[in-house]
Amino acid sequence: MTNYDITVIGGGNAALCAAITAAEAGARVLILETAPKPYRGGNSRHTRNFRCAHDGPLGPLVESYGENEYLDDLLKVTAGNTDEKLARLAIRSSEECLPWMEAHGVRFQPSLSGTLSLARTNAFFMGGGKSLVNAYYRTADALGVDVLYEAHVTHLELSGDRIARIDYTHQGDDHSIEPTAVIVASGGFQADTDWLARAWGPAAKNFLIRGTPYNRGVVLADLLDQGIDSVGDPTQCHAVAIDGRAPKFDGGIVTRLDCVPFSIVVNKQAERFYDEGEDVWPKRYAIWGRLVAAQPDQVAYVIIDSKSLDLFMPSVFPPLKADTIENLAGMLGLPLAKLCETLDAFNSACGDTSAFHPTELDGVTTTGIAPAKTNWARPINTPPFYGYSLRTGVTFTYLGLKVDETAQCFNATGPIRNLWAAGETMAGSILGQGYLAGFGMTIGTVFGRIAGREAAAYAN
Amino acid sequence: MRTDLIQEARRQAEICNACRYCEGYCSVFPALHSQRAFAEGDITQLANLCHNCRGCYYACQYTAPHEFDLNLPKALAEVRRDSWESLAWPQPLAKRFHTQGGAIAMALVAGFALMFLAIRAVGSAGGDGFYAVLSHSAMVALFAPALLLPLFSIGLSLRAYWRMVDGRPLTLADLNAAFNRAAHMTDLAAGHGEGCNFEDEDRFSQSRRYAHQAILYGFLLCFAATCAGTILHYLFNSPAPYPFWSLPKLLGIPGGALLTLGCAWMTWLKLKSDRTLGDPRAWGGDIGFTLLLGFTGLSGLMLFAVGDTAWMPGMLALHLGAVLTFFLLMPFTKMAHGFYRTAALLRNAQRYRE
Ligand SMILES: Cc1cc2nc3c(=O)[nH]c(=O)nc-3n(C[C@H](O)[C@H](O)[C@H](O)COP(=O)(O)OP(=O)(O)OC[C@H]3O[C@@H](n4cnc5c(N)ncnc54)[C@H](O)[C@@H]3O)c2cc1C
Ligand code: SF4
Ligand code: SF4
Repeated sequence: MTNYDITVIGGGNAALCAAITAAEAGARVLILETAPKPYRGGNSRHTRNFRCAHDGPLGPLVESYGENEYLDDLLKVTAGNTDEKLARLAIRSSEECLPWMEAHGVRFQPSLSGTLSLARTNAFFMGGGKSLVNAYYRTADALGVDVLYEAHVTHLELSGDRIARIDYTHQGDDHSIEPTAVIVASGGFQADTDWLARAWGPAAKNFLIRGTPYNRGVVLADLLDQGIDSVGDPTQCHAVAIDGRAPKFDGGIVTRLDCVPFSIVVNKQAERFYDEGEDVWPKRYAIWGRLVAAQPDQVAYVIIDSKSLDLFMPSVFPPLKADTIENLAGMLGLPLAKLCETLDAFNSACGDTSAFHPTELDGVTTTGIAPAKTNWARPINTPPFYGYSLRTGVTFTYLGLKVDETAQCFNATGPIRNLWAAGETMAGSILGQGYLAGFGMTIGTVFGRIAGREAAAYAN
Repeated sequence: MRTDLIQEARRQAEICNACRYCEGYCSVFPALHSQRAFAEGDITQLANLCHNCRGCYYACQYTAPHEFDLNLPKALAEVRRDSWESLAWPQPLAKRFHTQGGAIAMALVAGFALMFLAIRAVGSAGGDGFYAVLSHSAMVALFAPALLLPLFSIGLSLRAYWRMVDGRPLTLADLNAAFNRAAHMTDLAAGHGEGCNFEDEDRFSQSRRYAHQAILYGFLLCFAATCAGTILHYLFNSPAPYPFWSLPKLLGIPGGALLTLGCAWMTWLKLKSDRTLGDPRAWGGDIGFTLLLGFTGLSGLMLFAVGDTAWMPGMLALHLGAVLTFFLLMPFTKMAHGFYRTAALLRNAQRYRE
């Protein structure tokens, strides 16, 4: 085997940005990706955009989006749980990322239909994240980066302040290499539902994983076991409410359901449990993951009527449809009497709906029931009726490796001289809770490039 | 139309409608995203808007082995061919050629045979040049119906297509918008202008677009050459053969060369492409058609090259046989795509303004 200067663990956005940057700096780079080729690219293959600061129109982005506004947006969603220095670094660097991405094969498109609100802040990849990943693999290949698929890293041997050895399996055999420098870009641990269950309790077994089944946190656990500094709350994960019929893994974007604001949501006992109309859906869909997780069997049911069917983006599975509530209750497996009672109470709590406006907080509210529905509260009484089941879909976990502004990892005695981390696996260093759409790819791109640059400088 | 193919394309279209990541690639996606439910006519229209660039296949996170098993280029290619077959007239011929290159080859041999026979039976009736081999009136008697009948057949099919996709009466603006796109093959460039993912997995390349341009413009030049010849013949009383510095030759020689090279290039690209991303059953018919078209161009050039030698009559029979076969098969081969695609672009232009 060739002697590589740098081994990159993982094959998603962060790994590829690191590998390309290092190879351009003259390093010989090997990528170890545990997934087979058709599933390469981790969660990055499911993404659609990245959030990018810009001073004036840039590529597909309109107007401008300054560093401070970006940071404010971030602080709002993380409730201050943010490392401001690293966050500013990511935000400031994001502007130069866009041209860098284009120069390395990524193509952008105007904001997708239904996402106009993001046209200023988020640059959409043409064809989505998988085409981004494809472009980077082509670029990396042209730079001489070698890629091993189905190469599953099991252990990094820490010896003093260096990683001395990487153990991995490939095609059924065990292999080891002694790397000069290592970049860990192998994502979070959300696909390991046992680990999730240890952190969350047994309810987590019922969660669906929105992205790749390959991010099982093997390398993360291995490094944490050896005393590498960690960051982030192990019990935290980013979770949204998705269609309950979604596959266990890799359902991706199409399983999201945008109809909650126009619905009532009940648990399996046919009881409402939260204000469905609290805010516009993009601002609320993340909390519904937790709300559903707290219900019996971690499942809930959305019910709308024909008035609302065309008000939201279609999702992958058609809703269950029935001409009467009785039939719908049967199809959803809900207790009929209780469902009728809940629905009657809700319908009679609805008042004047003339101000109904689907895309704005319209103040069309219920009176006299708990929980109230504070916007878009129209009675559900116009057949046919439609129902979806909802489950908790985990996007990523927050526990990760703690890094500094050079993406380097540490333990109690100081920096690990030849170990860097990028992407999801160190994102906890920047934000400890909440999430801002498009920030994951920003972190991966910025810190991937930093890690690639630093590792190459070390190796040369 | 085959409901199983429509249903499979519909299933995939509904997934795309929830995803939208490919919106920038081509006209299919904006058209798709403007709807929520897809009737048979909607799916047929989408299928005829697609030109099988495969960008959306390689970009898709849901291709096999994922359980959603997306392969939109294939699903739409199958509906497309099925729509051409189902709408073709007369029906007994409709399903013979799209899936069978062999049938196209046999038709070609029959075309050759017919020409040799005509040459022997009718002969020159005293003309010069080509007409010394086969008289002008015999050629007209053969080729006028061989062109007009297929055009009539295609006209019937397009009318049925227009009904199926709820087309409205055409306006000048529709024509303008659609021909602009077709002339530049805007869609073949993909949204970012870097071409198709055809011959080398997800690498973008202009090869297919350029090969197609060569074929299209080569074909149009050859057709213009024939028209020029007809005009010279009837209006200026100047019958073939024409010298090199004449309109029919100046149009026909580059046209024939472009057509021949374009078809060879396209065949080579098709051989390198992944058959499972198109309509696998139409593979043979597509290759057969491309070779037939290429041979039509090549035999025309050869006819010019052999000049007035003893080879000329044989070459003339081969060339005319190829032209005849090509014309007669137009409604039943890949050639139909040009007509349907134009209709689909027209309908799409209308929908934007509805
Ligand atoms: C459905 C969905 C949509 C999203 N949309 C967006 C979006 O639009 N914008 C945005 O910014 N963020 C989005 N995110 C979040 C985003 O996906 C992540 O922030 C980002 O992809 C992280 O990149 P990464 O390179 O760190 O990890 P990943 O892309 O997940 O890559 C991790 C890689 O490591 C490999 N790996 C794991 N373990 C091992 C091992 N032991 N040995 C070898 N290799 C290993 C995996 O196979 C994978 O290739 C989305 C997430 C999901 C699930
Ligand atoms: S082809 Fe795949 S990635 Fe493209 S829009 Fe359809 S589902 Fe989305
Ligand atoms: S194959 Fe190309 S033209 Fe057809 S739908 Fe996909 S992207 Fe559009």
